[in-house]
Amino acid sequence: MIAHFGRRYTISASHRLHTDALSAEANRATYGKCNNPHDHGHNYVVEVLVAGAVDPETGMVINMAALDDVVRARIVERFDHANLNLDSLFANRVPTTENLSSAVFALLKDALSAGKLERVRVEETENNFFECVE
Amino acid sequence: MIFLTRRATFSASHYYWNPAWTEEKNQQVFGRCANRNGHGHNYTLEVTLAGEPDPMTGFVVDLKWLKDVIEREVLAAWDHRHLNLEVPEFAATIPTTENIAIAAWKRLEPSVIQAGGAQLSRVRVYETPEIFAEYRGEA
Repeated sequence: MIAHFGRRYTISASHRLHTDALSAEANRATYGKCNNPHDHGHNYVVEVLVAGAVDPETGMVINMAALDDVVRARIVERFDHANLNLDSLFANRVPTTENLSSAVFALLKDALSAGKLERVRVEETENNFFECVE
Repeated sequence: MIFLTRRATFSASHYYWNPAWTEEKNQQVFGRCANRNGHGHNYTLEVTLAGEPDPMTGFVVDLKWLKDVIEREVLAAWDHRHLNLEVPEFAATIPTTENIAIAAWKRLEPSVIQAGGAQLSRVRVYETPEIFAEYRGEA
């Protein structure tokens, strides 16, 4: 039977929404407070959803300890308490939460020990979130 | 199509153990969840039905009816119980969050089918706020 296992992780990071493709004025108009040159930060929640057959021996889609190891190594250690703008993944991409969710998806997609990465959701605050699927 | 979700909570104990394995293997795969004295969680169950609103009532289903179904079919059997020792579907199936979601679906589906109209779309079970599993009826 195909079921889905979901796990939520928290990362705290800073960023600034700014693109060199726009003038300073256009950046302010587009990104508002998020364009503050001194950055700002969020407690992001990264929710990972894995789809797969339930292993009859373990009752699991994926072993949570194995999933935790991968997410911690690839996502949490990389982004937690970091400035997203300085990460190489955002050298040419604005670190919006849309782009963060797709970066997380790409970093995890081929790294899971079981199942298939179905969806990554990143909650920037309690009131907004973004989802990336294949 | 409208999706309607009702949330309910239950508290239960469980452990993870595959009797075909050695104690060492159980400890290695399941870690602290393999403690045979059990441990417990406050689970949150989310039941999602899909359907069209009735033109007269505006309801996909009556939420009170759905609440009663969840209480009768699931909570009455699981709340304040030891899942491995007291719940028949886990006598030979490890009560992982995945299997709990599947078992909840099986308990709820007959009542939803019998009522006609809306269909069971998804059952999601939170073991903690950070851990959940869901089942959508897929074989």
